[in-house]
Amino acid sequence: MDRYKSGVIPYKKMGYWQPDYAPKDTDVIALFRLTPQEGVDAEEAAAAVAGESSTATWTVVWTDRLTACELYRAKAYRVDPVPNTGPGTPTEQQYFAYIAYDLDLFEPGSIANLTASIIGNVFGFKAIKALRLEDMRLPVAYLKTFQGPATGIVVERERLDKFGRPLLGATTKPKLGLSARNYGRVVYEALKGGLDFVKDDENINSQPFMHWRDRFLYCMEAVNRASAATGEVKGHYLNVTAATMEDMYERAEFAKELGSVIVMIDLVIGYTAIQSMAKWARRNDVILHLHRAGNSTYARQKNHGMSFRVICKWMRMAGVDHLHAGTVVGKLEGDPHMIKGYYDTLRERHTPMSLENGLFFDQDWASLNRVMPVASGGIHAGQMHQLIHYLGEDVVLQFGGGTIGHPMGIQAGAQANRVALEAMILARNEGRDLWNEGPQILAAAARGCAPLRAALDTWKDVTFNYQSTDTADFVPTATASA
Amino acid sequence: MITQGQFSFLPPLTDAQIAAQVEYALGKGWAVSLEHTDDPHPRNTYWEMHGMPMFDLRDAAGILAEINECRRTFPEHYVRVIAFDSTRGWETPRMAFIVNRPKNEPRLRLERQEAAGRTLRYTVRT
Repeated sequence: MDRYKSGVIPYKKMGYWQPDYAPKDTDVIALFRLTPQEGVDAEEAAAAVAGESSTATWTVVWTDRLTACELYRAKAYRVDPVPNTGPGTPTEQQYFAYIAYDLDLFEPGSIANLTASIIGNVFGFKAIKALRLEDMRLPVAYLKTFQGPATGIVVERERLDKFGRPLLGATTKPKLGLSARNYGRVVYEALKGGLDFVKDDENINSQPFMHWRDRFLYCMEAVNRASAATGEVKGHYLNVTAATMEDMYERAEFAKELGSVIVMIDLVIGYTAIQSMAKWARRNDVILHLHRAGNSTYARQKNHGMSFRVICKWMRMAGVDHLHAGTVVGKLEGDPHMIKGYYDTLRERHTPMSLENGLFFDQDWASLNRVMPVASGGIHAGQMHQLIHYLGEDVVLQFGGGTIGHPMGIQAGAQANRVALEAMILARNEGRDLWNEGPQILAAAARGCAPLRAALDTWKDVTFNYQSTDTADFVPTATASA
Repeated sequence: MITQGQFSFLPPLTDAQIAAQVEYALGKGWAVSLEHTDDPHPRNTYWEMHGMPMFDLRDAAGILAEINECRRTFPEHYVRVIAFDSTRGWETPRMAFIVNRPKNEPRLRLERQEAAGRTLRYTVRT
């Protein structure tokens, strides 16, 4: 048989390109955006990605014949040119390549194993100039091997006794340099003023100006004082990110011992550490907040890396309860359609294919809990109607500067945000048109609330209108089938 | 002042405002129920039920009459309106807001018990 003659043959000829292949319900499907090198045929590039992310090496090996190699080979089965790329456009020609993987290629319940295949070697492949993992279809059989969110939106709300409105948070500022005693002061003021949560920032761990035990002790004093003052359950995301798993467990245990309802980790700790913390959180009745620190190094540019929607999928499987997923209107990257795709991925039981929102596949979430998205970065009370319009009510709205920077103080800043939020939810439920009447609704609420009036005056002209780099390739009317 | 519920930071809702919120819940297919308590501890989950959830009462005016009857019976209790969603994957309250408070609201007290190291055990008391 020529197929197994020693030497080098194209990946297409090795069985990694199968245009007639119909993916099975149990297959994992990955969709890559690929930019082939000059002169490399798109189908061959897709076959090479399929090969390198499953069984292949660069040359023929006879040991393939000792296995059910046809099954284990990933199959590139479809290659489409990406709209608005190639000759006549500012972007070189790109292709969407659909690749199907048999379920037996993956260890149950391991994000590390999944990613070692799908993003392991292929991104450095010479035959392609750039590669981006755009989306994945995860079969139900595979999802059922993952714990999923430790708590989920439903149980989180029940534990906090907070229903029918977004939760409010703030990140303590300045993010570095405060002593533990002063840091706790910010936490107390913000919670007593009306926020539900305050949050450590991603780079607060245990530094010379504030060691972690001190921070935890003062923050929990603040949380409990605020809870007694308001009759509400309050929380502070204590960041337990540390150098080793042992250190993280030690910090998380201390947070639990002090009665914290929630702890926090950063995406940079890695997939395995995240899964470990998700299991810890489920065992200990603690909500797990994930800050997406580091994601923009690979998620922001369209030609290479991976889409944030894939991170959303992996993190729902890995089992976090909160994930920062964009604000649309704030200071950080976020096209409204892309953000809708992320939010739906985190929150819905089933997400239908929606090319305009960047979702390439129907996805059944197999009853994995819902993740609460977090909107953070350059948002303020004056945008409340837009935030609810874009993000809905199952979201944590984090107003850091918009609380702590309030001219009348932190409690007043928190109160302004809470009044604006409650007035907007009341109006939405009454059937009013938030998009158009939002500013009037805020102005009316501010007539009875001086802090809200001051907030609206201070930040009324602040907007962040920059072009998004990560946008949909399809306009809302486009249709295609997977 | 206890600030539990969706609308505690707004002026007390009028009957018309309450009816509009009930209307919203009914429009979503949720069941409205009423609960009351004299213990607003943040972890007091089970307030007393004022009758069963009104699964079959789909009329905001009728529900408002029930709310007023509950407020008349327990003027010195907290009364809250809850809207329950029985849809698969939710099966939980989707709204909760206070519609009656005692004239003098109790103050919650924070007790601290000193434990090993600098650890404190906190208890909120009503």
